[in-house]
Amino acid sequence: MLRLSPIQQRRLRNFKANRRGYWSLWIFLILFGLSLAAELIANDKPLVVSYQGEWYFPVVQTIPEETFGGFLPTETDYRDPFIADEITANGWMIWPPIRFTYDTINYNLEVPSPAPPSAENWLGTDDQGRDVAARVIYGFRISVVFGLTLTIASCIVGVMVGAIQGYYGGKVDLIGQRFIEVWSGLPMLYLLIILSALVQPNFWWLLGIMLLFSWMGLVDVVRAEFLRARNFEYVRAARALGLSNRRIMFRHILPNAMVATLTFLPFILTGAITGLTSLDFLGFGLPSGSPSLGELIAQGKSNLHAPWLGISAFVSLSIMLTLLVFTGEAVRDAFDPRKN
Amino acid sequence: MSELLTIEGLSIRFENGPLVVDNLSLEISRGETLALVGESGSGKSVSALSILRLLDERHARYPGGRIVFEGEDLLQAPEKRLRQIRGRRISMIFQEPMTSLNPLHTVEKQIAETLELHKGMRGGKARARCVELLTLVGIPEPERRLESYPHQLSGGQKQRVMIAMALANEPDLLIADEPTTALDVTVQKQVLELLKSLQEKLGMAMLLITHDLTLVRRYADRVVVMERGRQVETADVRTLFEAPSHPYTRQLIDSEPPESPLPTDATGPDLLHVDQLNVRFPVRKSLFGRVTESYHAVKDVSFAVRPGETLGIVGESGSGKTTIGHALLKLTGSDGAIRFDGEDISHLSQKAFRPWRRRVQIVFQDPFGSLSPRMSVAEIVGEGLTIHSPGTPEQHDARVIQALTDVGLDPEARHRYPHEFSGGQRQRIAIARALVLQPDVIILDEPTSALDRTVQKQVIELLRHLQSRYRLSYIFISHDLAVVRALSHKLLVLQNGAIVEYGDAEDIFRAPEQPYTRELLSAAFYYQTTTN
Repeated sequence: MLRLSPIQQRRLRNFKANRRGYWSLWIFLILFGLSLAAELIANDKPLVVSYQGEWYFPVVQTIPEETFGGFLPTETDYRDPFIADEITANGWMIWPPIRFTYDTINYNLEVPSPAPPSAENWLGTDDQGRDVAARVIYGFRISVVFGLTLTIASCIVGVMVGAIQGYYGGKVDLIGQRFIEVWSGLPMLYLLIILSALVQPNFWWLLGIMLLFSWMGLVDVVRAEFLRARNFEYVRAARALGLSNRRIMFRHILPNAMVATLTFLPFILTGAITGLTSLDFLGFGLPSGSPSLGELIAQGKSNLHAPWLGISAFVSLSIMLTLLVFTGEAVRDAFDPRKN
Repeated sequence: MSELLTIEGLSIRFENGPLVVDNLSLEISRGETLALVGESGSGKSVSALSILRLLDERHARYPGGRIVFEGEDLLQAPEKRLRQIRGRRISMIFQEPMTSLNPLHTVEKQIAETLELHKGMRGGKARARCVELLTLVGIPEPERRLESYPHQLSGGQKQRVMIAMALANEPDLLIADEPTTALDVTVQKQVLELLKSLQEKLGMAMLLITHDLTLVRRYADRVVVMERGRQVETADVRTLFEAPSHPYTRQLIDSEPPESPLPTDATGPDLLHVDQLNVRFPVRKSLFGRVTESYHAVKDVSFAVRPGETLGIVGESGSGKTTIGHALLKLTGSDGAIRFDGEDISHLSQKAFRPWRRRVQIVFQDPFGSLSPRMSVAEIVGEGLTIHSPGTPEQHDARVIQALTDVGLDPEARHRYPHEFSGGQRQRIAIARALVLQPDVIILDEPTSALDRTVQKQVIELLRHLQSRYRLSYIFISHDLAVVRALSHKLLVLQNGAIVEYGDAEDIFRAPEQPYTRELLSAAFYYQTTTN
């Protein structure tokens, strides 16, 4: 059982007292949990297949078409009417609620793509005939995972740099601050353009490049906290006990700096998500074909006659960011020492 | 006698918390001085602030009582009426002169503001009145001082400016909330004498709020003693001191620290020998980091401490006494020889010095700031053990329990967090943290000055007991001579970083040689001698 100190209990109370933020966090966690299981919600493979008395789980297995009376040794295309008929004749199959994955092209559209919302494509399709609902679910997942990874990574770097600058002060601090000033002047966009000329930017490349610049946000806060705390008497007392610098920083000062860091966290997360979305919109983001909300906005822009593209992207982005900002406000309340 | 201010059955609480002030009744007549005495948390400051309704009205509640000033109930008065009374009929002086003056305004502007507000005085007339007031409160060269900003004044001068501001409109009642607590002893005496003479000159009434009973004896006519929001005794000064009726009052009066230390059998070689210690702080540096200007905080200080002996270091604020303590622990850089047990430790690097740290420990002044708020007591006390004495968690726990028992705390306390303890208990935890390492020397940096008198006495008793039990050496740093006298075998008097007098404590207290020491002693023990 996790034992919370009285301070932490009070913070939890304050967090819960902000009803809006508390519910936002739950809704966000549920949405994120669902999107992590996106393969079970939107997929072009059925969840369970029962064929001639045998059970198959195509979502986790790769089953050659031959198994189901087909001719090819490659993976089964369950959307093929021939295979579907064959399976339903000799058993049954359960489909996920959305029968498309993010890159399934619906060849059976009755209107030219982009197709408007219908019973089959709940949010319509994009201009390549891919299901928008499926792309939104997968896009939500990739945005949040990217945002979380970037946030955690930039927190680790930012807190470390800020801690070292603040704790040692003097020349270390001076050099660090000047470096940050120069570094923050570098234009990230041009670096990305140059990079995409050299390599195909994937998830990790993008993460690395954005990390190069996003760690600076936290440095100032943490540095100020360490500059203040290093003259506290309990830090002096710890030095008088003979603690090493690293231990003083970790055990005595860092817990204080964590308040500022945690308060910033949701806002860094929204910043990271918006950053990725805008890069995708410009076409410098994730490789083409990957599900991304930014790419959906770009499609909405080039297909103004298909408003469901823009609206879907807008609604999903704004719900996600609103939930995160509300959660962030509740976190800030929780750490506010003046609130009881 | 006509009553100027009457408080009847006043109760105050914050939000829905417990009563902070419970059924307080008192009256102040014209020209009288009433002292409100109590320890921290007794509700004395809150009561004083409530007279002018200066408490935050969003949180403060007055469940009962009346505050009647010349027939008018201030608790019912509208804000506009209160503004006419504040600063004109009733004025207030606050405890902390450093923060009670606006740092961006000149002295003239601060004083003239109240004059303009209440009397419509401005220009040359206001200026003349300011000079008059500054002369009244004894500030030299008042014309020149008008242009000064608060940071250019000393603590005592700031408090004098505060008094001048409070007196600007010749109020009928002056509320002085711990007016001298933040000041050095010599200045404290001057300020209080000034207040007394001004009161006689202007014929105003005064409500003196203080925790220090010795002051009350000289300056007050009547005394109200408060304990945890309750009024426990109201009496004439003479009656109170001669026949205190309430046990709490007796406890307060008896809380004077003992007059001499326990005898010591300190013999043998010096444990700690300091020779020509100098500390300089850089004030200005050149472009390449060379120090071009520095502040000489400690000048050629030499002393020695034997095992089981206490060296008292006294001096006013800014005399460098804390810096000496930090230099001994290598928390600040210093020049000069520091020999510990015969070995010179002054040139050791931080890393090489680390094993020595077990033997020299420190207890800080502020019991609230010196304990990490996020660690349990067991973690705080046991932290040093993990570095200096390898052992199993059970062995460490046993030593933590031993240390807590030694300082008179329940060993069960080790599972709790610092904020659950009172100031005195926290200071005991800090002592336990030093004690658990079984050091030879403990540097005590004003360990009692943030504590109430009664708690102070308990901590002093504890320190005396621990010293005789474990044969500890103390370096006791304090500005409070009464406390120093209770512990020190040797005494070192500092002024502006240099030694004024150094020698046997008893000799110095009996017959100080230097004029500065004499002045310091007479100010510190002034209140005891005038009344005994």
